[in-house]
Amino acid sequence: MRLRNAAKKKIVQVAGFFLLRVCLYLVLAVLILFLYDVGKKGGGAISWEFLSQAPRRGMTEGGIFPAIVGTFLVTLLTAALSIPLGMFTAIYLNEYARQTRITRIIRLSIRNLSGVPSIVYGLFGVILFVNILKFGTSILSAGLTLGLMTLPWTITAGEEALKTIPNSYREGALALGATKWQSIRTNVLPYALPGMLTGTVLGLARAAGETAPIMFTGAAFSLPLLPKSLGDQFMALPYHLYIMATQHHDIAKVRPLAYGTALVLIVFVLGMNMAAVVLRYRLRRKRR
Amino acid sequence: MTANKPKIEARHLDFYYGSKKALKDINLLCYENRVTAIIGPSGCGKSTFIRTLNRMNDVIPGAKVDGQILLDGESIRSPKVDVVDIRKKVGMVFQKPNPFPKSIFDNAAYGLRVNGLRNRDKIAEIVERSLTEAALWDEVKDRLDENAFALSGGQQQRLCIARALAVEPEVILFDEPCSAIDPIATAKIEDLIQRLKSKYTVVIVTHNMQQAARVSDYTAFLMMGELIEFGETERIFTAPSNKLTEDYITGRFG
Repeated sequence: MRLRNAAKKKIVQVAGFFLLRVCLYLVLAVLILFLYDVGKKGGGAISWEFLSQAPRRGMTEGGIFPAIVGTFLVTLLTAALSIPLGMFTAIYLNEYARQTRITRIIRLSIRNLSGVPSIVYGLFGVILFVNILKFGTSILSAGLTLGLMTLPWTITAGEEALKTIPNSYREGALALGATKWQSIRTNVLPYALPGMLTGTVLGLARAAGETAPIMFTGAAFSLPLLPKSLGDQFMALPYHLYIMATQHHDIAKVRPLAYGTALVLIVFVLGMNMAAVVLRYRLRRKRR
Repeated sequence: MTANKPKIEARHLDFYYGSKKALKDINLLCYENRVTAIIGPSGCGKSTFIRTLNRMNDVIPGAKVDGQILLDGESIRSPKVDVVDIRKKVGMVFQKPNPFPKSIFDNAAYGLRVNGLRNRDKIAEIVERSLTEAALWDEVKDRLDENAFALSGGQQQRLCIARALAVEPEVILFDEPCSAIDPIATAKIEDLIQRLKSKYTVVIVTHNMQQAARVSDYTAFLMMGELIEFGETERIFTAPSNKLTEDYITGRFG
């Protein structure tokens, strides 16, 4: 009886592991297939000309250089808004704010905001930045809109990172006569920073690939020139891809260029994610 | 031994976590250059009491204190008093060794740096003195740059003691300092506490009655948030006047 029980447990164990492994391979297979497909169809379009020149002849020729620059710049602006604002909000919420009903409501609202569809942020950006604040359809409006969209993710990632720091670090510092800010600055933030930054960069990578929030606020159909100031319109990789794939007058002809754009966008986003991983690894090692 | 002079005095001290009363009308004296042990069953309020002495409970949401705590005759909770100054005068060693994830040196120097000391030579000097005082110097002097997490549990706890000593407090609070370390390391820390009282006033919370008997001069027995009995350790352990104290120290409950 006992023997049979042991055998049964073992079978369940083996079957369980097998199932988990199958799930992992399935997910990996989809990802690899996807990357392979985009790589194969888009790889041919990639050339120095494609990466360094503006589109020509109604986007049927030439490259995507302005879109690369535009996406880079708008991501930078997004980071400039959401990193400091998100981190300081996270520090305030986790370290200073009392746990009252109001802070609970605020926290819940932030979690909810991270689930709001990006098109809603796009329309909100049009109303607030483009119309009311009169920033026009510009790189500034688009960057601010994306910044707002990433804020809930940044704040949440920041709070989660701060929560992983044991309370004994804070109390230990306070007991030695540190002020609250000293204990946070010297004994909490240095250890929470890798997690905070990783979450933030992952949020930025998602923002870089978004189309909806920028299509009404600043992204242009096609521009031969690079933006010269924050008030200019810009081209962006995801919007460019959207146009090439659905709005172009000769979709079949520009398909290779669309795949090329997709490949560049994926490399851009994956590169940011990799950067987040490397950043975390380095900061962690420096601290240990 | 000099005459007994009160260093800390609790007067009609009440403490609440929200609506739950954790300490009820505690009146207690801790004498200068003496070790006062606080004993009692789990949840009796020992840790709560000791944490009111350096106002560590300030940070707990919903906590409320009534009554007075006097340090050298002055209230530590008066609005004129800066809590940071209180914590410099009243150091604390926690239940679980809590070194910071920094080097051994930076741990010992932490309190000095946050209190504004910048002179490197002076910091090095105080770090060495504190580590020596905490009986750790000989074990770590060749590896001060190593991460404090590389030390054993007992060494970590002595590092935490050194860290507290570096700030030159007048009182040191020990909150069950040996509950997470082995018997040999415990013996070292008890020995250390005995020596510390020549310079400092010591208050120690302990679960271990033998430990209270070994290290302390005075013992307070707490139960359900009330002070049942307080007196010289020798008397408490040989001739307790309260039946509850007797039952507790003879191991009939707790």
